[in-house]
Amino acid sequence: MEKLTVVTGVGVPLRRSNVDTDQIIPAVFLKRVTKTGFDDALFYAWRRDPEFVLNRPEYAGKGRILVAGPDFGIGSSREHAVWALHDYGFRVVISPRFADIFYGNTAKNGVLAAIMPQESVELLWKLLEEEPGREMTVDLGERTVTCGDVTLPFEVNDYTRWRLMNGYDDIDLTLQHEDEIAAYEAMRAERFPFKPKTIPARHLPEEPVESARDVEYPDWQGPLCARS
Amino acid sequence: MGSTLAEKVWADHLVRKGDDGAPDLLYIDLMLMHEVTSPQAFEGLRLAGRKPRHVDQLIATEDHNTPTVDIDRPNPDETSATQLSTLERNCKEFGVRLHPLGDADQGIVHAFAPILGLTQPGMTIVCGDSHTSTHGAFGALAFGIGTSEVEHVMATQTLSLKPFKTMAVNVEGELPEGVTAKDIILAIIAKIGTGGGQGHVIEYRGEAIRKLSMDARMTICNMSIEAGARAGMIAPDEVTFEYLKGRPHAPEGELWDKAVEYWKTLKTDDDAVFDKEVTLNAADLQPFVTWGTNPGQGAPITATVPVLEQIADETARNAAASALAYMGLEPGTPIKDIPVDTVFIGSCTNGRIEDLREAAAIMKGHHKAESIHRVLVVPASSRVRLQAEQEGLDRIFKDFGAEWRNAGCSMCLGMNPDKLVPGERCISTSNRNFEGRQGKGGRTHLASPAVAAATAIRGTISCPADL
Repeated sequence: MEKLTVVTGVGVPLRRSNVDTDQIIPAVFLKRVTKTGFDDALFYAWRRDPEFVLNRPEYAGKGRILVAGPDFGIGSSREHAVWALHDYGFRVVISPRFADIFYGNTAKNGVLAAIMPQESVELLWKLLEEEPGREMTVDLGERTVTCGDVTLPFEVNDYTRWRLMNGYDDIDLTLQHEDEIAAYEAMRAERFPFKPKTIPARHLPEEPVESARDVEYPDWQGPLCARS
Repeated sequence: MGSTLAEKVWADHLVRKGDDGAPDLLYIDLMLMHEVTSPQAFEGLRLAGRKPRHVDQLIATEDHNTPTVDIDRPNPDETSATQLSTLERNCKEFGVRLHPLGDADQGIVHAFAPILGLTQPGMTIVCGDSHTSTHGAFGALAFGIGTSEVEHVMATQTLSLKPFKTMAVNVEGELPEGVTAKDIILAIIAKIGTGGGQGHVIEYRGEAIRKLSMDARMTICNMSIEAGARAGMIAPDEVTFEYLKGRPHAPEGELWDKAVEYWKTLKTDDDAVFDKEVTLNAADLQPFVTWGTNPGQGAPITATVPVLEQIADETARNAAASALAYMGLEPGTPIKDIPVDTVFIGSCTNGRIEDLREAAAIMKGHHKAESIHRVLVVPASSRVRLQAEQEGLDRIFKDFGAEWRNAGCSMCLGMNPDKLVPGERCISTSNRNFEGRQGKGGRTHLASPAVAAATAIRGTISCPADL
């Protein structure tokens, strides 16, 4: 994983709370089996709107630091949400509160989720909107965000900071504790012999599952709201 | 001081206590897998030359991206077909047990595992899907993870995690007639908000919870994530043991006795302290419906959609304004005056046999309203479908004018062809009403199967008492 220490780049104000992962990347883009190439899918529905912040020339394709409202990343566990942000160019997301699974996914992909109080986010929004396209700097070592003359602290836990700054791979870190995993497994077999195993497979008798067929609605005139 | 249920399960899976601010290393008993969040994890494993550590603690099925019609014919969507064949190839290469489309045990990950008896009290269960919290209904610690963590579990059978905080949600007293598990959880989310449970495991407690069946308990735990929580749990009891006994993967003989002895210890001690505590009185609850674009934006069915001036908090007011605009609703409209186009009954929240029975009991002898475009009934798993057919529920649905589909996630997330068109309004028994969740421009109202069925009869949002 790439190391992340200091990020300087265009800050994008996203004045939205509850930005869910279906907004970050809709499910239709989850059919791919790759980890990259999701930049076009980022905020897909909102980007159809010419007024959306990422469509403004000051921000389009340039955003590196996203400044959003509280409860960012709620909803589905899709890591594709982080891949899409990363592919677009974002290395930092700032919010007063992140959903847990999204938060965990960021650090595994070299993206920093920086927690800042609502007042700091409001101030950053104001500064960024006063001068659209201005750059800001996030210093992970110092745990600070600097925008013009203003420097504000953000919150990140020590362990996540250490991993991001060194670009460590989680699996390698865990496998350093192989002895302890093996010791746990020996204890588990002794104390919990009833824990289920998926193999050999046990199940109810096989039964044929009949296939449903599509129903056509040739007379449907479209949604009620579209009718006069 | 005693321990909570979640703390006990955590302690029994602790491989290594994190020192110096590092997370704990937690052992994972079972990982469920599906086609959408696994391909990149298998690829990572392959690139690193690693093998799954315990293939007999993994199981896979196909659910998110499967069609619910024509499952016996080639998939016309090439990208989807590739994703499904990738899972089949990966499972074969690494030796992972798979129940593919067409198999009697195929279904939504959170439905097929409990039916097989693989979900048991006191286990740690993970899946690359946020609704893994469903399995907490059995007193398991179960939570959704990202794809990097899926790879991590395959490689190490562990996860690095900071201990979760604990939160008690007490639902005291008795539920009024016609109020279901879905109404309880929607009311809880409206009360604490979509971030209310962040960082916490919720333990649902109280008389109203104890009286619920396993299917209903799964509905409650399922939507813990919509309250922002990592997981939801209910302490195992006789209802749990009764559900499990005799299931294919339940322990047998002496092992069953030993298991029950352990499972009975899995409850919060009287002197344990939760980090947070919330109490609801079941008697105050009504059927609940969402009006907005996040699951916390809901209200009792007899209420109106909000009047913006009455929302004091600015962030909440702005969010409500943009939600109402997206939903095409006038502030102050009575919820019961809202006409819908489509009815969706299914998902890992409400696609189990009891949910289908609940809907069928209301639909029986009726026909869908003239103004309703379509009613989709999608069982959560193929075993649920087979059982419903054995009970004759499929006939009731078809006579009603509903479509009886094959099992899968279907219109819950709009990944397969079961989607809303822009502006189409749906009453849905699923779990998320985000913008575009059920199809671009689609409008979702979350509700119970009973409310969905009554709405299908009347055409406007209704509960069984309105019939």
